[in-house]
Amino acid sequence: MDLRKTEENIFKGLMIASTLAIALCTGLILVTIFVKGFSALSIDMITQTPKGGFYLGKEGGILNAIAGSLYLASGATFLSFCMSMPVVVYMNVYAKRNSGFVSLVRFFLDIMSGIPSIVYGAFGFSIMLLLGLRASLLLGIISVAILIFPLMCRAIDEIFKMIPDELGDVSYSLGATKFETGFKVLVRQAMPGISTAILLSFGRAIGDAATVLFTAGFTDSLPGSLLRPIATLPLAVFFQLGTPVAEVKERAYASALILTIIVLAISIIARFLCRKFTVHIIK
Amino acid sequence: MFEKRIFIDRTAEKLTFLMASLSCILLVIIAWGLLKRSFPIMEEKSLADLLLTSSWKPLKGNFGFLPFIMGSLYVTAVAMMIAVPFSILTSIYLSEYAGRRIKNAAEPVIDLLAGIPSVVYGVWGILTVVPFVKYLAGLFGVFTTGYSVLSAGIVLAIMIFPIIINLSTEIFQSIPLELRNASLSLGATKWQTVKFVLIPKAMPGIIAAIVLGLSRAFGETMAVLMVAGNVAQTPGSLFDPAYPLPALIANNYGEMLSIPLYDSALLFAAFILLGIVLVFNIISKIILLRITRNTQ
Repeated sequence: MDLRKTEENIFKGLMIASTLAIALCTGLILVTIFVKGFSALSIDMITQTPKGGFYLGKEGGILNAIAGSLYLASGATFLSFCMSMPVVVYMNVYAKRNSGFVSLVRFFLDIMSGIPSIVYGAFGFSIMLLLGLRASLLLGIISVAILIFPLMCRAIDEIFKMIPDELGDVSYSLGATKFETGFKVLVRQAMPGISTAILLSFGRAIGDAATVLFTAGFTDSLPGSLLRPIATLPLAVFFQLGTPVAEVKERAYASALILTIIVLAISIIARFLCRKFTVHIIK
Repeated sequence: MFEKRIFIDRTAEKLTFLMASLSCILLVIIAWGLLKRSFPIMEEKSLADLLLTSSWKPLKGNFGFLPFIMGSLYVTAVAMMIAVPFSILTSIYLSEYAGRRIKNAAEPVIDLLAGIPSVVYGVWGILTVVPFVKYLAGLFGVFTTGYSVLSAGIVLAIMIFPIIINLSTEIFQSIPLELRNASLSLGATKWQTVKFVLIPKAMPGIIAAIVLGLSRAFGETMAVLMVAGNVAQTPGSLFDPAYPLPALIANNYGEMLSIPLYDSALLFAAFILLGIVLVFNIISKIILLRITRNTQ
């Protein structure tokens, strides 16, 4: 009897310990990034582009990378959304119930969402070689859009699946076509979920480095054209960290902090929106 | 007006079907694109030559991937050894023991962990894990820079915590309450219920979660690139540097066009990586599909 109690207590202790360890790790990551980043953070960092000798510790900031990342992530999220919506509407409105084809599409999307981003980068690169292009914002947008497409598509799909059938039935009974039901009625019901999915995909897009390494290149100037390379925040962190100059390394920490703040803000907004929109939903 | 609406509907049906089919074909296109680019190197060398030799001298035309494959395996193995016990214990705690308040507090923490970009994990690894491993190695009397298999393993383990925890918590929660009640009413303690009833029942799902984490760890690039040390040799101990496959691809993109066959070799590496990860993902997905089919 006693032995059972002891075993219970030992394992419960272990469980609490590992839960705490994970929470502690999260805290440690945030504290480290914030403490290290803040000391190097300045107004210049976010309002200026790199000046001559920036990577040797001279003046300048990483506005090029912040702007580049925002352009890239917005473009990729938009493109990916345009790819996702038709697929989701097909799977949930047009296709027959329990269609084998739909299960197949879901299966492929799930498998694709596990493919590492470096593979998407390498694929983008092989496309680049095939067409004889150079790294550019457009190519970066396309590669990152493909990277986040399976995630976004399945996330929105799950939202559509949860919409009660009655809503569609009501729409059909009023004479609406499937197109109108899918794109005008169900979309509204799914809006909170869709906006969360979009924001989370945006967060994923802005934090990804391995894909843009191959396809978007890097530059010290602000993004100007779709066909020119751009700088991105994760790569700015990576490259600054790679230099031997202490001051530049400090700036890498500050850049990492900026990236973390952007990602955190996005996930907080996503949570907030999710809660706020839920009020308007027909249960 | 009526006909126009029908026309739009019909056209949309065809277009959306086309998009859905395309999303299946996308995977095939990616695999084919990488494979096509790796043909030049596969014509020059045999597959065994590429995968089983350790000489990596692109300038001399030697492309032996063994050290990189071993590096990936070592780093992933260490990550799994750390991540599995912690994540499974945590998910049992969150689904069986913890109260509502702890659950509500844990959810955003795990989401946060999942959302941190890998480059930030890399920065944290350099700032915290690498010095820690260096210190740890000092205690054993080993000299290391800290950039090692162990550092990469620790960082990776933290990165895959959320994947394993979320999925296995979901699996535990999908087990019907009656099973727990039956066990408890027979006088079993809570832990006995977990050990003899819930864990066997959840086993396939837990395995699927672990495999999914494994595939994520295997393909993770930036964080590993930043802390693994990147020395092209098969690591001999935990404190030796490793050079995993994804790090190799990411690190050499700049010079690969200036050396013959180099680009082909790296895209071949990407193809291998894709192949391995796909196998893991498909296994995990099939297990999960079986579970949902059985519970329905």
